[in-house]
Amino acid sequence: MVRDITLGQYMPGRSIVHRLDARSKILMLLAIIVFIFIANNYMALMLITLSSLLVVLLTKISFRLYLKSMKVILIVVVFTGIINLFYGNGQVLWEWQFIRITEGGVNNAVFVTIRIAALVLVSSVLTFTTSPTDLTDAIERLLKPLKIFHIKVHEIAMMMTIALRFIPVLLEETDKIMNAQKARGADMESGGLLKRLKALIPVLIPLFVSAFRRANDLAMAMECRCYNGGKGRTRMRVLHFSMLDLWASIFLLAVFAGVILCNIYFPATVR
Amino acid sequence: MGVIKVENLKLTYGTGTSFEKTALSDVSFEIEKGEFVGVIGHTGSGKSTLVQLLNGLLKPTEGKVFLNGKDIWAEPKKIREVRFKVGMVFQYPEYQLFEETVEKDIAFGPKNMGLPEEEIRERVRSAAEFVGLKEELMKKSPFDLSGGEKRRAAIAGVIAMDPDVLILDEPTAGLDPLGRDALLSQIRSYHQVRKNTVMLVSHSMEDIARIADRILVMNKGKKEMLDTASAVFSKGEELEKMGLRVPQITKLMMLLRGQGIPVSTDILTVEQGFSEIVSQLSV
Repeated sequence: MVRDITLGQYMPGRSIVHRLDARSKILMLLAIIVFIFIANNYMALMLITLSSLLVVLLTKISFRLYLKSMKVILIVVVFTGIINLFYGNGQVLWEWQFIRITEGGVNNAVFVTIRIAALVLVSSVLTFTTSPTDLTDAIERLLKPLKIFHIKVHEIAMMMTIALRFIPVLLEETDKIMNAQKARGADMESGGLLKRLKALIPVLIPLFVSAFRRANDLAMAMECRCYNGGKGRTRMRVLHFSMLDLWASIFLLAVFAGVILCNIYFPATVR
Repeated sequence: MGVIKVENLKLTYGTGTSFEKTALSDVSFEIEKGEFVGVIGHTGSGKSTLVQLLNGLLKPTEGKVFLNGKDIWAEPKKIREVRFKVGMVFQYPEYQLFEETVEKDIAFGPKNMGLPEEEIRERVRSAAEFVGLKEELMKKSPFDLSGGEKRRAAIAGVIAMDPDVLILDEPTAGLDPLGRDALLSQIRSYHQVRKNTVMLVSHSMEDIARIADRILVMNKGKKEMLDTASAVFSKGEELEKMGLRVPQITKLMMLLRGQGIPVSTDILTVEQGFSEIVSQLSV
């Protein structure tokens, strides 16, 4: 079924990580992504990976779910890893005709793989522990300065919220329509690419029609409740920075300092 | 031999995960050719799951479905043939319309069956007639029709496949009373003319009582009863425990009887009730 997709799904909970302010979680994620790319030797990378794993533990979400979200991008990881294997120089370890695997290549491959894995892991922490509404709320608040350039931050955030809200609805709808067309003998599982694309028409047209219908209904319902954009709009749940956020920032600073020290005192394995 | 026979059907969703849920368990019954069977049950009782198992949209975890004596999953590659023979009209079927004209949309099923052009045209015409779609609507876009007309067009699309068994899941949901009566009598006349088997899933006890030969009662994923309408509705208390009820007129007759008036409680329609009361008064 189409419904079994787990990339970036919110897992409700009350852990320390869940209780952090969504804004600080986004900023910290950005910071960690920067650290991951600053780190240029194994020690630094290990420090980041270990501290990410610590955060993962703190979320109290089963590690299986993290692995599941990693499975989706496994192909990308393996592919970039293998490509990197053939680049780089240094001592040649193995040679066959034009293919040459060097020490640098192996280092590159391992490094890139760990980097991507760590990236996915920390990103999953954000999406697993932050509800979509909090997330878009936080994005709206963080992008507020852009209002100076007449960018409609609130409208963009509202669109994101609505889009996220309707993903499961549309998935369910797709499932229903597919079943209805299958019941009329639509064949979606066999044939070449062109035939399969054509077989999608009976699903896509009703799906679009219903998406527009829903959009219309939603717009009407919002207007009935006097929605007129972000101006003067107050919030039901206000985001708060707490002591927890302070401690998290201190932790992050410590990791940052560690990474810098590792970079200075250990030789760089990749440039 | 029945047209549809199911043996120990069981369906579990999400096996092996924490969301594991048994939607249906240990369901067995047989439906004879030409029967009109009503299916009732509380929301979540497994009605919709059951009917989707009958035409091979879902595969049972355990148990077998036989269509005309053949196990439908014996050859999984040929499951499409089963779907042509067991026509399924889903809830709110108007949302599946997609073609440029009503005519083309009704022809979608027969076309998938690979029928010759001539036969398709004939089937589309007779299907439209059964559901009462006027000739001049056939060249229109299905999106320009009214809600009731769309519903009819979608039902015609399934009837046009001329299935051995026609399953309708809440076909009258959301229609006005007039539209509902008209659609039900069209389904009944389809059943009488074609002599095909029809299964009707509905929440309206009145509709079911009026139209079905036998009634299948589902509760919590299990088959609770499969009997004639009067036998099923004589067990009012049991039905109420399952969150169902008897038709209002039957209830009225039961109350009258409780008051000591010797009316028959084997009454399923208002017309029957009317003549029963009149005959009691004239005694």
